[in-house]
Amino acid sequence: MKELSLNILDIAMNSVKAGAHKISIIIDENEKTLSIIISDDGCGMTEDFLKNAVSPFATTRTTRKVGMGLPLFKLEAEMTGGSFDIKSRHVSKYPDNHGTDVKAVFDKTSVDFTPLGDIVSTIVTLIQGSPEINWIFFHSTEKGTVSLDTDDMTAELGDVPLNYPDVLEWVKEYLTECYENIGYKFDYAL
Amino acid sequence: MKSLAELQAIKERMQPKVVLREGGNEIRVAVGMATCGIAAGARPVLNEFVKDVQEEHLSDKVMVTQTGCIGICQYEPVVEVFQSGKEKVTYVKMTPEKAKEVVESHLKNGQVVEKYTITHAQNTL
Repeated sequence: MKELSLNILDIAMNSVKAGAHKISIIIDENEKTLSIIISDDGCGMTEDFLKNAVSPFATTRTTRKVGMGLPLFKLEAEMTGGSFDIKSRHVSKYPDNHGTDVKAVFDKTSVDFTPLGDIVSTIVTLIQGSPEINWIFFHSTEKGTVSLDTDDMTAELGDVPLNYPDVLEWVKEYLTECYENIGYKFDYAL
Repeated sequence: MKSLAELQAIKERMQPKVVLREGGNEIRVAVGMATCGIAAGARPVLNEFVKDVQEEHLSDKVMVTQTGCIGICQYEPVVEVFQSGKEKVTYVKMTPEKAKEVVESHLKNGQVVEKYTITHAQNTL
């Protein structure tokens, strides 16, 4: 992937497919490292499936028995000298506390580090595709934090869906302005 | 300064239309957003469709959705257009520029952009 924000979009899609009601995307960044945690309350994976989850031969897709999303994310983190971890609680064993947490840590100083890129587009795309989900976004940087909880939006919007064009435009402008306010500089791939 | 309170204004503006829009969409545009699609550039393609459909005032007629992998990863980004009573049109190797053309020609004026379809891509191999 050209940008980590595209990996985030891809991994969060797994959470959508797992039937999650609440998905949080947490980015924690300092001068040296960038960590990404994606957590959901979806159906989770069985222990057997989890063992193979980072192998390209495990997948939920039905058209082909190969999935590259998680292995790719893991590889990209480990290539920088960072780390990757996945924890999952399957609904059959954890009826009240099921879900999956994916965590990847990147060394920003590595030559193999992929820039975060257009994270605002990723958030807008996720809300557009799954407006019924409670999305929680939190990005903490040394200059300040940027966050959005779609439940706060729903409290204002009532029954107007989150994927209405004006609402999506607001999300884009709001997040962009929050990043400008803390003076965050986006890195893009060349 | 943007704030959550602005959403109140959007609510007041949009709420009368919420009832109108339900079930009114005649055309559904589905953008492939699995790993293969995302890696190939589906995100900007999707966002271009969302933006242009709004700008061309087609929101009442066209619904833009996301879909998984349909098994033709080499042709990603793939966009399918479903319209009741018509055969599905599959556009391949899409870009935001091509998306703009599809909105203008196909979604707005009913003219399929043949040169971007999978049929055209397979015939010219």
